[in-house]
Amino acid sequence: MSHTTAIGIVPTGPKPKKLISVERVIVYSVLLLCAVFFLFPLYIMVITSLKDIEAIRSGNIFIPTMTPTFSAWGKAWNSACTGLYCEGIKVGFWNSVRITFPSTIVSIAIASITGYSLANWPFKFSEAFFTVLLVSSFIPYVVMLYPLVLITRWLGIYSTLPAVVLVHTIFGLPILTLLFRNYFASLPQELFKAARVDGAGYWRIFFQVFVPMSAPIFTVAVILQITGIWNDFLFGVIYAGPTNYPMTVQLNNIVNSVQGGKEYNVDMAATILTGIVPLAIYFFSGKYFVRGIAAGAVKG
Amino acid sequence: MKANSTTSVSVRGLALSYGAVQVLKALDLDIADGEFLVLLGPSGCGKSTLLNCIAGLLEPSHGQVFIKGKNVTWEEPKDRGIGMVFQSYALYPQMTVERNLSFGLRVSGLAKDEIEKRVKRVGDMLQLGDLLQRKPSALSGGQRQRVAIGRALVREVDVFLFDEPLSNLDAKLRAELRVEIKRLHQRLANTMIYVTHDQIEAMTLADRIAVMKGGTIQQLDAPQTIYNKPKNLYVAGFIGSPSMNFLKGKIEGAGAKAVFHLGGQKIPLKDYVPDAPLKAGAAVLGVRPEHIQLDMAATKANSDAYKAVVDLVEPMGSDSLVWLKIDDTLFSARVESNQHFDPGQKVDVRFRINLASVFDEATGDRL
Repeated sequence: MSHTTAIGIVPTGPKPKKLISVERVIVYSVLLLCAVFFLFPLYIMVITSLKDIEAIRSGNIFIPTMTPTFSAWGKAWNSACTGLYCEGIKVGFWNSVRITFPSTIVSIAIASITGYSLANWPFKFSEAFFTVLLVSSFIPYVVMLYPLVLITRWLGIYSTLPAVVLVHTIFGLPILTLLFRNYFASLPQELFKAARVDGAGYWRIFFQVFVPMSAPIFTVAVILQITGIWNDFLFGVIYAGPTNYPMTVQLNNIVNSVQGGKEYNVDMAATILTGIVPLAIYFFSGKYFVRGIAAGAVKG
Repeated sequence: MKANSTTSVSVRGLALSYGAVQVLKALDLDIADGEFLVLLGPSGCGKSTLLNCIAGLLEPSHGQVFIKGKNVTWEEPKDRGIGMVFQSYALYPQMTVERNLSFGLRVSGLAKDEIEKRVKRVGDMLQLGDLLQRKPSALSGGQRQRVAIGRALVREVDVFLFDEPLSNLDAKLRAELRVEIKRLHQRLANTMIYVTHDQIEAMTLADRIAVMKGGTIQQLDAPQTIYNKPKNLYVAGFIGSPSMNFLKGKIEGAGAKAVFHLGGQKIPLKDYVPDAPLKAGAAVLGVRPEHIQLDMAATKANSDAYKAVVDLVEPMGSDSLVWLKIDDTLFSARVESNQHFDPGQKVDVRFRINLASVFDEATGDRL
């Protein structure tokens, strides 16, 4: 004996789902709208960068050219002018690389060890120290710009690569330390105790027990730092000095320096080239990023 | 003060407080060489804290810890000659079983062939041979805990500390590993200190049990003594399942002529072996359910039997628990499962007073 529905179907197995429901329609329209909103400018940029200057002047901005050319990309990379010299945005690219890599590595190294100390080796006032760190991450950068100019000048490194690396490292520390402290605090305490009974000390527990377990949080930290530092404009323009301007500053100089007619295709190409690094990092590591955020950053 | 030479672990006046909260209150404890001591108590009684203090993972506020006669109060855990097993296994997740086992030995810089030898021996002892190259995530709970025990064993130390090692396992595995730990102790004859809240584990494993409450040791004795002669109401109520019946009444008369008044009925205490002389006054009669005999009423009038009414029957398979009422006092008796009782039935109750306990109601201490 079995119950039947109004139209005489006996319920068995998974309940059939309606193909189109109001909720679905709403969700997908919103998603579609957002996608268009964010992708449309990119679309304009890409098609414009592939036109030559004649096609831009005569054609419609929304319609791609029939004869695409990469010459604007080549010019943007190799010979676009910043107002002072015409070596393209590649100078900025390599400057950004030289700023980003040391800043990322140094800040993560310091923050992970600090976070580990705060989470597992409590000392007198360690909680107070952590609070200070936490509060300091909410202080607007602008407040510290001028003091840091004075400090770096006093150190004799103002307007050099080390200055901008130092500033990026300092400003990365509060949030990264918070991230690492919470992650390490969420690891089982008994693991730490077991390692101590096994005779491992401060560094050995860190490097042989904790670091191998911390790939997700290191991934998050690397992504945060690379994208953050790569996208930075302010610190680069203030502390790096003209020869070390990062890509973002260089891009601004290229776009804002007008010699003769404005070369929209070159500007667009240079912008895409600048944005492509963080974009690629998000694209390839998005999965790990989400996993890492879920693993440590939120709880604890 | 130097501890006795046959003493393995010795704790002197150990106290630990977090601010105003006293977790351990001036504890003294001597554990003999090769003894299996169980620290038993509910959560929050300080048993794990005591173990962590012995291990050197927590710093006491006062007092000393001796291991093998040596004052180790200020020593690092690794220098105390201990191995420890944790409730959550605490295996290093990125290392294989073999590297988990050998981690401590590698840290101490032991020669490679010696490490291999020890890992192999422990692997054989705990039947971990096939698992050596696996990561902990590829092991079952029971296997993980065996690896954790193995990690303590390879250290070849004198004292093993177990912090609720079986609490994360299901009932069947727990029973299996319990036997395995007992066998291990028989074979190695090392000192073992074992923290648990499970009284079955305590009874089956221990040479002596320390029943703890509120940072103090209530009673430290062999399991049978704790079971048969609990020192106070707390220990009596904590040990034994189903738990001991506490019948409130009063004693009249003293010494061998003492009689326990329960409701309107009198129970002579002449068979009871008192710790302290029996005096008249309010008292609690503690009787375990298995020390109460039931007879169908209307057999014959017994002078030493008391009238009770059956309230409820709980069949448990091997035996049944019969809940009875004398006046307003509710208590339980254990009977063989083939005996049948119905609620409302009148029965004769006989207490085996020689196995019972009498407590002073005011202090809770055994008389």
